[in-house]
Amino acid sequence: MKLKSKICAAPYLVWMVAFIVAPLLMVIYFAFTDKEGHFTMENLSGLSQYSAVFIRSILLAAIATVICLLLAYPLSFMLSRLRVNKQRIMLMLVMLPMWMNFLLRTYAWMTLLERNGLINSFLGLFGIGPFNMINTQGAVVLGMVYNYLPYMILPLYTIMVKIDNSLIEAAEDLGSNLFHKVTKVLIPLSMPGITTGITMVFVPSVSTFIISRMLGGGSNMLIGDLIELQFLGNSYNYNLGSAMSLVLMVVVLLCMSVTNMMDGENKEGGVI
Amino acid sequence: MKKMGLLSKVYMILIFSFMYVPIAVMAVFSFNESKSRSNFTGFTFDWYINLFRNDMILSALGLSLVIALVASVIATVLGTMASIGIHSMNRASRSVIMNISYLPVINPEIITGVSMMLLFVVFKNWMGGKVFGMPTLLIAHITFCVPYVIFNVSPKLRQMDVRMWEAALDLGCTPVQAFFKVVLPEIMPAVFSGFLICLTYSIDDFIISYFTSGTLQTLPIAIYSMTRKKVSPEINALSTIMFVVILSIILFVNAQDSRKQKKNSARR
Repeated sequence: MKLKSKICAAPYLVWMVAFIVAPLLMVIYFAFTDKEGHFTMENLSGLSQYSAVFIRSILLAAIATVICLLLAYPLSFMLSRLRVNKQRIMLMLVMLPMWMNFLLRTYAWMTLLERNGLINSFLGLFGIGPFNMINTQGAVVLGMVYNYLPYMILPLYTIMVKIDNSLIEAAEDLGSNLFHKVTKVLIPLSMPGITTGITMVFVPSVSTFIISRMLGGGSNMLIGDLIELQFLGNSYNYNLGSAMSLVLMVVVLLCMSVTNMMDGENKEGGVI
Repeated sequence: MKKMGLLSKVYMILIFSFMYVPIAVMAVFSFNESKSRSNFTGFTFDWYINLFRNDMILSALGLSLVIALVASVIATVLGTMASIGIHSMNRASRSVIMNISYLPVINPEIITGVSMMLLFVVFKNWMGGKVFGMPTLLIAHITFCVPYVIFNVSPKLRQMDVRMWEAALDLGCTPVQAFFKVVLPEIMPAVFSGFLICLTYSIDDFIISYFTSGTLQTLPIAIYSMTRKKVSPEINALSTIMFVVILSIILFVNAQDSRKQKKNSARR
């Protein structure tokens, strides 16, 4: 009986090996070979000349993640303390922009930030500006924050609705000020939400190539742009592109293990 | 509960305006007569009319819908079958399969796109001929959709009472009959929500399609090529339409939900 139903998984297993496992093995194979298919380390060692791009990607994504966390944390807490029917509506409002295509959302900022865009002409009314806002690193960070803020709010909110109000009140009764309430009660209890939020914002931010292209102009390339250039752009070098992808995967894995560790520490603290 | 302070109200309004002002600005300027993106010169529907005359956009929309529907149906069937199979496996093989299925979910989309593109390129070099197009696009979409079906259906299967299935067999059902009469109705809500997730992810996907579509244009790819041509107010019109469509879907679903809830509470 059991054997028969196991067979149901067979088509998916074949699919999984062919289209999830094999492509990733392909990336590894291409990263370690040259155009003739001989083994080489040159692709990976050649990446050192792009280290500025890698550092910039990680830095900008990290800044965007921190800003998202700082913006989303108070908001999620406030949402979680609303009346239940109000929470539903607010949650819908958080998710609504997520369903819009992110190209359109990024394009909206492109038109706002332009030199003769709405923000500059608004500031011009007061005799300020015009500022050079588009094609800067700040614009790229703004794009990341705008696009991925809901991904930070949702996991934080999900964990915070579960935090009992009486815990916070108890801390208050025991003489905690606002700072201690946040650092000793709220943050430890919401740690799983924080770590999920960090990965959900950092991973797409560090690998984006659209946001940097639309808001950063040509001068603020990120890892994603480099990879795209190797596969579909003018550079056409699958081997180099695979090496870059491999490094990007390592960066993402590192980020995840760091957030996992944060989670783990919290669990130990909880036991004590 | 304590009433919310003024400060937190202001804060919430600020964040929500940050999220919605860009969308609102696009909507307003979709009715702007001139191509200017800072001065509102006059009211017009021209950009909407242009949009519906734009063959590139319309055919891209058609392709996106076809791909989303076909990929979601296949992914749902494949994923539901997989969940049933995985359910009866031992823990070790189950966790291996689940972890591999997680890869497309946690990997950056660009890696999934690039890796599939490499696979298709290798296949093309080996077989020759034209490879990129509808089949590769479908394969890619099915691949990133199936895990979501599995993650939706598997928990539901675990919740199900095995005795129901056994009772059906005792009462003379063949396993196939028992599946369609007992198991499937039980897991149907999860299967359906998995299908809906596939549909939305597939319609919305840009990055993976971008690497696997060859010269075909899905709607997001068409939008991308429009944004490259700096000034095109049709994009504003398109965004506004999409926003209204999404808003009405969400409102509809929500109304349905709250009606169900009312019914349930009335029954109680």
